[in-house]
Amino acid sequence: MCLGVPGKIEKTWDAEGTRMATVDFGGVRKEVCLAYVPDVQVGDYTIVHVGFALTKLDEASALETLELFKSVGLLDEELGIKVDPL
Amino acid sequence: MKYLDEFGDAELAKRLLDDIAESTTQNWALMEVCGGQTHTIIRNGIDQLLPDQIELIHGPGCPVCVTPLETIDRALAIAARPDVIFCSFGDMIRVPGSSDDLFRIKSRGGDIRIVYSPLDAVKIAQENPDKQVVFFGVGFETTAPANAMTVKLAKQQGIDNFSLLVSHVLVPPAIRAIMDSPGSRVQGFLAAGHVCTVMGLSEYEPLVEQYQVPIVATGFEPLDVLEGIRRVVLQLEQGRAELDNAYPRAVQPQGNPVAQAVVGEVFETCDRQWRGIGMIPQSGWRLNADYADYDAEKRFEVLGITTVESPLCRSGEVLQGLIKPNECSAFGKECTPRSPLGAPMVSSEGACAAYYQFRRLEVSA
Ligand code: SF4
Repeated sequence: MCLGVPGKIEKTWDAEGTRMATVDFGGVRKEVCLAYVPDVQVGDYTIVHVGFALTKLDEASALETLELFKSVGLLDEELGIKVDPL
Repeated sequence: MKYLDEFGDAELAKRLLDDIAESTTQNWALMEVCGGQTHTIIRNGIDQLLPDQIELIHGPGCPVCVTPLETIDRALAIAARPDVIFCSFGDMIRVPGSSDDLFRIKSRGGDIRIVYSPLDAVKIAQENPDKQVVFFGVGFETTAPANAMTVKLAKQQGIDNFSLLVSHVLVPPAIRAIMDSPGSRVQGFLAAGHVCTVMGLSEYEPLVEQYQVPIVATGFEPLDVLEGIRRVVLQLEQGRAELDNAYPRAVQPQGNPVAQAVVGEVFETCDRQWRGIGMIPQSGWRLNADYADYDAEKRFEVLGITTVESPLCRSGEVLQGLIKPNECSAFGKECTPRSPLGAPMVSSEGACAAYYQFRRLEVSA
């Protein structure tokens, strides 16, 4: 639950005063709240945890991490894709 | 070294391991606080690649595991109500309460939904104005900013049918409790990287001072964990006890001040029971008086909770690093991820689940 996945900010918009973004996690896209990272721009990488960007990250480390998470199956888990069948 | 090619950069992994081996001259016991790091260590066999003198003690940093049983039972009672849509992260679904779990309540007709983010629960509340929507907000300091912002936005937007059942836990008081416990053997800590991303490093300074113990903020990937271990071992070998940051790409010394401010606006510090461990003073966050209207614990009166733990489960000892999961006699027998007796067998951060996933065959062989 503390993992956090790096993703790339593709698009930002304002939702009733809160800055939101579409973030691309190696092909999977999610809606993410940017309230905690006021400085990030489209094209930046950020570590996202349960729908909230927590910090900026440089591109090289972000891509490395994404690759590794994908290869061990952690990406789906943290993005809530591979969840327990309900 | 069968695992090395899974490190991303096998060369670098080997260099770090060689460096650790060269520096090590005596026995050291290190604790990785975070359950995510425990999984990295077991998945990649890091404990087996290290010199025999270095022992990794798995810490209590699994939020699902330490959420008090009383809170789980309360969640189950609220989730079973016909007027409630109960939203949770996926790994709470099979956590055993005293006599039930969310999965079974769902199969009996309860409206339980797995969400990726607490914001999803607010959306569900907007779409279902005739229902009460409750989000189960557990987690360490990493998850608290998300839950804090969610309830803040719900209040701003006047979404009255949303509430939070909250049970946050904090890392620094847990480190203090571990160091104060008479049986503790821990000589150095890997601090959880993303907790530090939010909170920064300053809270660890007094712990390093008081207990003369190295604390190194460490990431979650295999190479990050190796680097964290390397830095702790070097300090120990040189007789130093310092606060260090082995995860600078994601951790600023001051943390994330915006997140800290919102957390401070919404939550207040409280004593907290840790499942299997007991009460740790000032080790939790709960909603403060300004947000009492959004507190599910106050909104839904649940009476007569009597908690009952499985008599076989030794999760308390596992969470305190006193035994390894495979030393529990129920491990892999009465207790498996499909029918868990304790929370550490369910969670993606639980030590028992890590051993079951990656070590079960070695253990029974
Ligand atoms: S293996 Fe199962 S029963 Fe044993 S301590 Fe872990 S969760 Fe509890």
